[in-house]
Amino acid sequence: MRYTGFRKRANRCAVSGNDKTMEVSVWRGSGGQGAYEIFQVPAQDNQTVLDVVSYIQQEIDPSLTYRYACRVGMCGSCAMMVNGQPRWTCRTHVKKVLTAGRLTVAPLRNLPVIRDLAADMDPFFEKWVKAGGVHKPGRSRDDAIQQVSPEDPGRVEANKAIECINCAVCYAACDTVAGSPDYLGPAALQRAWTLYNDVKVTDRAAVLASVTGPEGCTNCHSQGSCTRFCPNELDPLGSVAGLKRALARSFFGGKG
Amino acid sequence: MLGIRLYMAQRLSAMMMGPLVLGHLAVMIYAIQGGLSSAEILGRTKGSIPWFLFYGAFVLAVSVHAAIGLRVILHEVTGLKGRLLEAFTWAVMLGLTVMGARAVLAVTLL
Repeated sequence: MRYTGFRKRANRCAVSGNDKTMEVSVWRGSGGQGAYEIFQVPAQDNQTVLDVVSYIQQEIDPSLTYRYACRVGMCGSCAMMVNGQPRWTCRTHVKKVLTAGRLTVAPLRNLPVIRDLAADMDPFFEKWVKAGGVHKPGRSRDDAIQQVSPEDPGRVEANKAIECINCAVCYAACDTVAGSPDYLGPAALQRAWTLYNDVKVTDRAAVLASVTGPEGCTNCHSQGSCTRFCPNELDPLGSVAGLKRALARSFFGGKG
Repeated sequence: MLGIRLYMAQRLSAMMMGPLVLGHLAVMIYAIQGGLSSAEILGRTKGSIPWFLFYGAFVLAVSVHAAIGLRVILHEVTGLKGRLLEAFTWAVMLGLTVMGARAVLAVTLL
C-alpha cells in the first residue's frame, strides 16, 4: 500500500444537537494506489468504528466502499486497520481507539485491496483450502453416528478454536505473512490444528502433510500478534505450536 | 520457506549448541581465572581428540543453524526464493564450515 498524501473533505451534512466532531482519515483507492482522505464526523457518546465508516458512506460520500454484514461480531466481515492495528470494527468503540481526536481507518493489511476499505479475501480463504481446512469425515452416512465425548482431550483442544469467525484479523496482524506472502497464516493453521484434534477425522497424517510444506507452520516465528489481536480471544499461536510439536513427533517416526 | 527438514535441522542444531556454548563459556572463564597463556592453552588443545570433537561439533552446529536463520531473514526481507535462496543457504553453510574448520584444525592439529 502506498501513501500518497491526504485529501480533505468537509462534512456537507448539517448535524444538529452535537457540535463535537472528530477527524477521520480513510484510505481511498484501488489496488496499490490511493491516499488517505480526511472526513469530519460527529462524535457520539457511543459509536463504533463501523458506525463512523457507515456515517461517512451514508451522509458524506456514497462512493466509499467497505464491507460489513451482521454488525454484532458474528460474521467477521468488517475487519479493518484502525489506527494501524487490525480490529473488528463493529465491536470496536471509537472512544477506546481515538487518539487526540483522530482516527485512521484502512483496509486489512497483508491482503490486496479491491477498493477503499474492502480487502480481497481470496488469498486468505485459498490458504484455508491449502491447509486442508475442509473436513474429511472417516465415516459414511451408512455408519452409525460417532459418539464424541466433550471431555475427550482431542475434543477439548479442538473446541478452543471453533469460534473462529474468519475475520482475518490474525492474518493482518501477522508479520510473518507480511514478510513471506506464501505463508499459510495463523487462521488456516489454527483450522488445521482443530481438524487434527477432531476424533472424527481419521487421516491425521494428511492434515499434518498439508501444513508441512515450505509455506507451512514451521515458518511461524512465534511473535504472537495473532493471539494478541484475535477479537474472539482465541489462541492461533498455541495452535501453530501444537502443529509444530506434532510435526516434530512425526519427524522422529512418532504418531504425530 | 522452511520445510520440515530445515526446521528440524535448525532446532536440533540449536539443541546441540546449547550445552556447547555453556561449555565454551566455562572453558573461557577457567582459562582466564587460572591465568593460562596462549602457549599453555595451545599445549592442551594440540593433538586433543576431545577438543577437536567439541569445537568441531560446535562449528557444524553453528554452520547449519546460522545458514538456515540467514535464509529466513533474506527471504522475508528481499522476497528471494527458489534456486538463488538454496544457493545462498548452501554458500553460507559451507563458508562457515570451512572457516570454522580452519580455526579448529589450527588449534587441535599437532
